[in-house]
Amino acid sequence: MALMEVVRPSEPQAAAQDLCDTLARRARSGSLGTCPVELSDAFVGLCAAQSCGKCVPCRVGLAQMKNLLESILDGKASEKDLSTLEKTARNAYLSADCAIGYEAGAMVIRALKGFKSDFVSHADRGLCSAGSRDAVPCMAGCPAHVDIPGYVALVGAGRYADALRLIRKDNPFPLACGLICEHPCELGCRRGVVDDAINIRALKRFAVDNSPEMFSVAPDGQPSDVSSPFHHEPTGKRVAIVGGGPAGLTAAYYLALMGHTPVIYEQRDHLGGMMRYGIPAYRFPRAELDREINWIISQGIEVHCNTSVPNDITFEKLQEDNDAVYLAIGAHVEKSIGLEGEKAEGVLSAVEMLRAIGDGFLNDFSGDRIVVVGGGNVAMDVARTSLRLGAESVTVVYRRRVEDMTAQAEEIEGAIAEGCEILELNAPLSIVTENGKVAGLEVQPQIIGDFDRGRPKPVKADCPPAIIECERVLMAVGQAIDGESLGINGLTLKRGQIVANEFGEIEGLPGVFSGGDCESGPATVIRAIGAGKAAARNIDTYLGFDHTITCDVDIPVAVTADRMACGRSNTTERAADARKHDFDIMEQGLSDQEACQESDRCLRCDQFGFGGFRGGRTCSW
Amino acid sequence: MVEKMINATINDKAVEFPEGSTILGAAKATGIDIPTLCGLKEVNEIGACRVCVVEVEGVERLVPACTTKLENGMVIHTDTPRVLESRRTTVELLLSQHNTECAICVRNGNCVLQKLAQELNILSIPFEKDIKWNTWNERFPLIRDSAKCVRCLRCVQICAKVQGCDVWDIQNRATRLDVGVHGGIGIEEAGCTLCGQCVTHCPTGALRERDDVDEVLAALADPDTVTVVQVAPAVRTSWWEQIGLSKEEATEEKLVSALRAIGFDYVFDTNFAADMTIMEEGSEFLDRLNGSGPLPMFTSCCPGWIRFVKEYHPDKLPNVSSAKSPQQIFGALLKEYVGPKLKMAPARNGHDRLEGVREGAGLGIGIDTNPVGSGVNDDANLAAIAEGGALGENEKSYKGKRIFNVSCMPCIAKKYEAAVEEMVREQDRDVDAVITVRELVRLIRLMHVNVEALEGTAFDDPMDEGSGAAVIFGATGGVMEAALRSAYYLVTGTNPDPNAFSDVRGLDGWREKTFDMAGTPVRIAVASGLANADKLIRAIDAGEVEYDFIEIMACPGGCVGGGGQPIHEAQELAGVRGQQLYGLDKARNIRFSHENPHVVTCYEEFLEKPLSHKAHELLHTEQEKW
Repeated sequence: MALMEVVRPSEPQAAAQDLCDTLARRARSGSLGTCPVELSDAFVGLCAAQSCGKCVPCRVGLAQMKNLLESILDGKASEKDLSTLEKTARNAYLSADCAIGYEAGAMVIRALKGFKSDFVSHADRGLCSAGSRDAVPCMAGCPAHVDIPGYVALVGAGRYADALRLIRKDNPFPLACGLICEHPCELGCRRGVVDDAINIRALKRFAVDNSPEMFSVAPDGQPSDVSSPFHHEPTGKRVAIVGGGPAGLTAAYYLALMGHTPVIYEQRDHLGGMMRYGIPAYRFPRAELDREINWIISQGIEVHCNTSVPNDITFEKLQEDNDAVYLAIGAHVEKSIGLEGEKAEGVLSAVEMLRAIGDGFLNDFSGDRIVVVGGGNVAMDVARTSLRLGAESVTVVYRRRVEDMTAQAEEIEGAIAEGCEILELNAPLSIVTENGKVAGLEVQPQIIGDFDRGRPKPVKADCPPAIIECERVLMAVGQAIDGESLGINGLTLKRGQIVANEFGEIEGLPGVFSGGDCESGPATVIRAIGAGKAAARNIDTYLGFDHTITCDVDIPVAVTADRMACGRSNTTERAADARKHDFDIMEQGLSDQEACQESDRCLRCDQFGFGGFRGGRTCSW
Repeated sequence: MVEKMINATINDKAVEFPEGSTILGAAKATGIDIPTLCGLKEVNEIGACRVCVVEVEGVERLVPACTTKLENGMVIHTDTPRVLESRRTTVELLLSQHNTECAICVRNGNCVLQKLAQELNILSIPFEKDIKWNTWNERFPLIRDSAKCVRCLRCVQICAKVQGCDVWDIQNRATRLDVGVHGGIGIEEAGCTLCGQCVTHCPTGALRERDDVDEVLAALADPDTVTVVQVAPAVRTSWWEQIGLSKEEATEEKLVSALRAIGFDYVFDTNFAADMTIMEEGSEFLDRLNGSGPLPMFTSCCPGWIRFVKEYHPDKLPNVSSAKSPQQIFGALLKEYVGPKLKMAPARNGHDRLEGVREGAGLGIGIDTNPVGSGVNDDANLAAIAEGGALGENEKSYKGKRIFNVSCMPCIAKKYEAAVEEMVREQDRDVDAVITVRELVRLIRLMHVNVEALEGTAFDDPMDEGSGAAVIFGATGGVMEAALRSAYYLVTGTNPDPNAFSDVRGLDGWREKTFDMAGTPVRIAVASGLANADKLIRAIDAGEVEYDFIEIMACPGGCVGGGGQPIHEAQELAGVRGQQLYGLDKARNIRFSHENPHVVTCYEEFLEKPLSHKAHELLHTEQEKW
């Protein structure tokens, strides 16, 4: 009998695999407003390269789809060619023998549907509709368009205060964002083409940690000379801001720099919004939050806490006393999934629990077994908070798989490390009660099923429900907005959410603007900051001014060096055993050595590629 | 602050330069040549073409010399085998997408890409040809040929940054990236001012003016046409640059002879019309100062600026002087005033002007004192004119002849201006054809004019005399200075020192000054480059500045830096050409427009006085109408 060869990975195979990995990373990295039609063309080429060539709809179909795409890109195609492309894609989807062909067909159909206008623009006018503005991927990804390559370079140069000055040109919350930003900037980081995205958030935190003077406030509460940016001459205009969260504070900050008098009305005891009433202290220590807010307030913002609209002051009165109004009330209402027993003693919503903690009221969960319902970041926050409040055990119940959770991977890993149990594939059915008190959560085991709108659906498993015994159930199933509560005539609401146009103006109410969670739906701190910044610009324009916010910090020139692949330095967390008992900050920032290396990894897209085109860096807005 | 110095080595030579210097700058200053293509100082420094790559020891990849700053201890080599191979491959790639029919290219011999290919000894291209062709409105004064574009993006940048216009933009992405009119619209609707700065800064033949040489040749060849050419002030500073003459050899007189040698029947000086412009515009300004119209008043002689203000700041049109530009004033006076004197009848409406003309000799216009030329054109009829006012038997031969008025300008926008409906009366254009200095050079070559051997001759009478005030029109601030010289006279009745207003000179993009005009302070501003003009207008609108009189020239440095001037890679010559004009001004006997004797005569016998009804009819226009 012939001898059987022992399978070993071959060198060409390994090289090809390496190419595929590099390509996958590259596909995710940002380019100059990549043309989606160009991308489709490239992807179809990739699919064609994978075709075995056996069956016609794939072998010939993909080749012809590529021809059609090329002629569309060359501006030689007609509307008819677009329909031919669609027909050929459908044919591949419907009739190819294996996934290489039919999934390629499905992809082209999705592309045609997803960016039809781009296809039409190429076919009709021979033109791409992609613009050249998004030259620097991280800046394009940041909702506040912070000058990221600029401050990353400043951190590398050890100029931390300048880094903060530059960040504050676009975002008054470098401290908050250094700790808790979701860093959408990192998603498209071009460094991903080489190895991995720059750890942008950690570098921001490093700059903050090394420039305490940038948070100094003069004893009389006036802006300090060291840390304050340029203020325009006072205009005498007053702007009322309803809600003291990140959107409201950002708008107030820039309006103050523009010379206006912003007045914040906050219904709770303290400013900060979800940064205080939604994010646990072990991620964002309260003293740090206060330090940042105090500095922002020192720039000339009038604040009225414990003042609710309309209970303490009516909207009409705000309109009367001010030249413009900004509504930024956030999304602070808990959602319910209508479980039986939800009103029982021991059931608490995540929103309520975190709000109470925000005001300094800490529950005592000593000895309690806790079940958390939900799979988002808030679910992880309340689970980990429960441990710190003395809970005996914490179980997070989620109906899909762990990998389907919307919580960030590091949040889930952190919760598990601290001792939380994740019970995936279990859907809550009802809350079991005894004498009006929680006794457990009844769950129905699930299996993961077909995809629906991009992610797989849970399906009831063929087995009976189970009961998880516990003393408390924490519901973390999302937040809602209560625009109704403002009692404003003429305000359009969509399921409680405030409707504004793309400039944040509320149509029909001149001089009234809205932004942040209450307008966009529950989102991130940085999106709220971006909204607040836009609001300041648009309110300034509405008031008849054209103030510019600028920063004259000079940016170090990129040094000439090869940028060879180098690992990304991640932040670390205190040991799980130590951190899970207190609310002290959990994350440990980068060391000097790490920050330096991380800064050097930056590819400086502001200087290379299209970054230097046209006016280059935007130094003011 | 003491400048920090950087020490490095380039090709084994130790160099020391201030921090912030580029490798390219340091090499150039050291006498080491590094080829470049896309770079344009302070306008386009994006390292796009990669032709200037060099090797830095310790760095694996090559770096572009144009954008890489010198660092301490850098050891740089500019011509290693790796560098040469990379440079050659890059140029081969560019050539693979380039229409290399150099023999029929307007930039043959003056093309950066062609020069690079020669330097790198590229004799064949290893790649398949892949040329992008485009369609274009060939009647538009500005032509773009995609097949010759190297996508260096200089045009996009200069239009946006220097001229504040954004006519050009990048189109499409990736391998299909191209330059085109923004939004894919037609160039006619794109807000192009026709300043031509993109043309003079294009490294290849991708951008050029519409060539009107054939039209001029046809007129020269037509026996029923009398050809007249006018020469703008700035033309005399540059016409010689690319035909083997030196500045000293290239006198105004030699230029006149060259034009005669080409075959033009009459060679006149636009300077006469510039003096007329001053009389009209200066008087208009004084009227406005007395409340007859809105202030500040803007000058109107630059058609690039006129197109800009109409497109981008139409609310400022009432502030723009109604005086036509010197080119158009020349055209109108040629066809209505001088033409009849020359005993040449414009063919318009078949009206026979000869009958209304008085005896030439009695006019004091000594056409007999100026022989028609260098003897190149020996047409008997013209010789007859040259012989004197008594036309005798030859007189009848001029009946029905058409005057064809050619204007030689440092400008592309002038082609547009001459064709504007408001400048066409009774279906006859005041100016029939406009050629740039580059087209003039092509004409000189085409006609094999031996410029070196030419003896100089004077401009033809009566449009021969221009004051020193007129000749400085070609430099930024010149119109303002000329206007102030005469305005002072008109207000006070006495001449100022001709150099009294020389403070308006200079190359800064926006200058301002207040002059005392016999007790009245007059606040003036001068701007060149349309981005500067835009900034100035915005500052006026924001109430940050206030002026009475503003001169705007579209091209940086004025017409001496015009979009129709000869092209010199990596050189901005507006400064030196401008100095030449100031030299000519200084050497003129007459330094004031109002002292030009032909101007005086023109008013005495034809127009009566500045801003008269007739002057309005011929020398002014309603800016809002076109």
